[in-house]
Amino acid sequence: MVIAVFLAFVIFVVGLSFYLGRQTRTSSGYYAAGGQIHWSVNGIAFAGDYLSAASFLGICGMIATMGYDGFLYSIGYLAGWIVALFVVAEPMKRLGKYTFTDAVDSKYNSRGIKLAAAISTLVVSICYLIPQMVGAGVLVEPLLGLAHHWGVILVGVVVITIVATAGMTSTTYVQFLKGGLLIIFSLALVTAVCVRGFDSKPDQGGKVPFYEYATLSAAMTGGQLTVAEPGWQVLEVQEVKSAKASFARLANNGVQTWWLVKGDGSQVSLTETQSVVETKDGRKLINGAPASKENTLRQVGHIEKLEGSTDVPKGPVSPWRLLSAMASKDTVVQRWKDTKLTDKDGSKVTIYYPTSTPGNLLMRPGLKFKVQGTPMEKLDFLSLMLALFFGTAALPHILIRYYTVPSPASARKSTIVAIAGIGTFYILTLFMGLGAMINAVLNPADSNMAAPLLARSFGNLLFAIISAIAFATILGTVAGLIVAASGAVAHDLLDRFFQVRMDDRQKVRAGKISAFTVGAIAIVLGILFKGMNVTFLVGLAFAVAASANLPAILMLLFWKGTTAKGITASIIMGVVSSLVLILLSPDLYKQYGLDPTTAPIPFSNPGIVSIPLSFLTLVLVSLFTRNKPAPEPAKV
Amino acid sequence: MLHEPAAQSGKDPAAGYKSRLGLWMFLFYSIFYGGFVAINLAAPLLMEANILMGLNLATVYGFALIIVALIQALIYDSMCHAKEVALADREDAKEGGN
Repeated sequence: MVIAVFLAFVIFVVGLSFYLGRQTRTSSGYYAAGGQIHWSVNGIAFAGDYLSAASFLGICGMIATMGYDGFLYSIGYLAGWIVALFVVAEPMKRLGKYTFTDAVDSKYNSRGIKLAAAISTLVVSICYLIPQMVGAGVLVEPLLGLAHHWGVILVGVVVITIVATAGMTSTTYVQFLKGGLLIIFSLALVTAVCVRGFDSKPDQGGKVPFYEYATLSAAMTGGQLTVAEPGWQVLEVQEVKSAKASFARLANNGVQTWWLVKGDGSQVSLTETQSVVETKDGRKLINGAPASKENTLRQVGHIEKLEGSTDVPKGPVSPWRLLSAMASKDTVVQRWKDTKLTDKDGSKVTIYYPTSTPGNLLMRPGLKFKVQGTPMEKLDFLSLMLALFFGTAALPHILIRYYTVPSPASARKSTIVAIAGIGTFYILTLFMGLGAMINAVLNPADSNMAAPLLARSFGNLLFAIISAIAFATILGTVAGLIVAASGAVAHDLLDRFFQVRMDDRQKVRAGKISAFTVGAIAIVLGILFKGMNVTFLVGLAFAVAASANLPAILMLLFWKGTTAKGITASIIMGVVSSLVLILLSPDLYKQYGLDPTTAPIPFSNPGIVSIPLSFLTLVLVSLFTRNKPAPEPAKV
Repeated sequence: MLHEPAAQSGKDPAAGYKSRLGLWMFLFYSIFYGGFVAINLAAPLLMEANILMGLNLATVYGFALIIVALIQALIYDSMCHAKEVALADREDAKEGGN
């Protein structure tokens, strides 16, 4: 049934695309849906564009594993719409035609701006595409039983079909449909979470028995570990400095498992963990037994104590009660961390181990972004919040949606509808994330599936619907990004920069060929970046967008001294500085398989450096290139 | 030749007013948002404080940032719309007078 619902939804979306495609014959229809979409439809489509895999899969996953820190993304993503509404919406509509480049180049007709803005659009779109494709792979894996790369390829092919058939019109209606359904069914999921309430031994409504992790007593004498209970043999003990913990490999009845060593001194306790071992001869073991469809990592996450009591009262709770009980310092939640090591036999081991976290720490920033840490860690937090705030209004696939409505007033009204829809959804993310955290539904190896797995704990129908919507979420966002990127290539570069002579049909064809190429690139990158949290990746895309595009937009609108060369230099500086900072950051070093502490840049979010740098570049270059009379600033 | 908007709209006499109003509203929200970031950086433990029927400051402030955005958006739209109508009426009256 799950697959049937899922496929029916995908076929419907593609069918709708083909139907609308028959009506798209002009470049205005392809890039801007003819500029005739109603503001209310466009507003929900905005929500559909914006509530991407990062929002639905990534934020819920990060809240489920890192508590309130995941919700910071919800706050920042929504706050960004304030910049879009109050500063950018109407002027963008007045200035532009099809793309971001049209708007920033509207008063200058500069080849430099055309080239820089087109490259920036391409870079930001591709940065944003990566997490969407990663999310697609993650989603399809448990749903259709396909490998991650097949999920990425499936999304890529379907999206290229959608975009190549109808462009912005079909993308708009797919987003409208998906945005509406996402909000409605997220509300249904949150209702189900509140009706189920709390449980210290959650069993997914009786479907999956709660698993009690064992503890063993042991003695540590002269560096030698001895387990008190008979039958257990200690094979090795390893200290993992990055995890600030030690782990013991034990054998019992021929099965080898890893245990977390707790306590100092001679008496210690060992806590059962989960492990994935890849042996030198290529075998994969999960929790000591060969990996198979039946032997996978157990789902985790539950409440150990609720407001100080292990006797957790069951039954429905109000949303208010859910949040207040979770925030109590006497509430303790079992979360799972992971670490990697190489055992004595040379096998690569990933250990997933439980850790108890009090509610007061869970329900405020600090678990991921160390607001109580070093100045550099605080700077990282500040940088993230800055990029989220300023990134939204600089995302090319959001900006092009301002061209699909008939007037500046419609642009404003559609932004307000978007804020209402997106805001509602982001409030729901906190409940969905916490629901996943305490209902033993999390896959310890991948946080991205928190929301769909939470839905599965309530039944296959909800799982199928939520997964289909999540898939459509990815389809829609990827489609929007590919339209934006293909516009940058076909309209900004080929048509405007290189001035290739094309009639209207040829322009549409160039856009479709560009869409195919960008889609293919996205597929490859989606496979390469497997395993990273999608909302973290989107956060980086926001930083690139905020650094590259926003200074140009704002200064064009509000500073008379802005010159074409200033805008060009600012865009290039924003793209280059943000990308270099990201590529040399600790999180990317981890992705390369290098020690993150050796990364030359000590923070992971580049906005705090690259955004001011881009502004500064624009001002300085503009001041040095003002020998000619400056053009009139855009009227706002 | 390709600089014109996708859909042509007429002259907007309220553009200046809307721009100034937008900047003031943007400034207000920025200060509100900045307050959230500043508290987290300067006094993160304050975020644990129970301030509203069991809800901590982090939750209340986080929700408020979302809800205030919507309220401000509605106020902005209402004020912009009122100005657009008023100026359009004045333009109509001028044209009628001529």
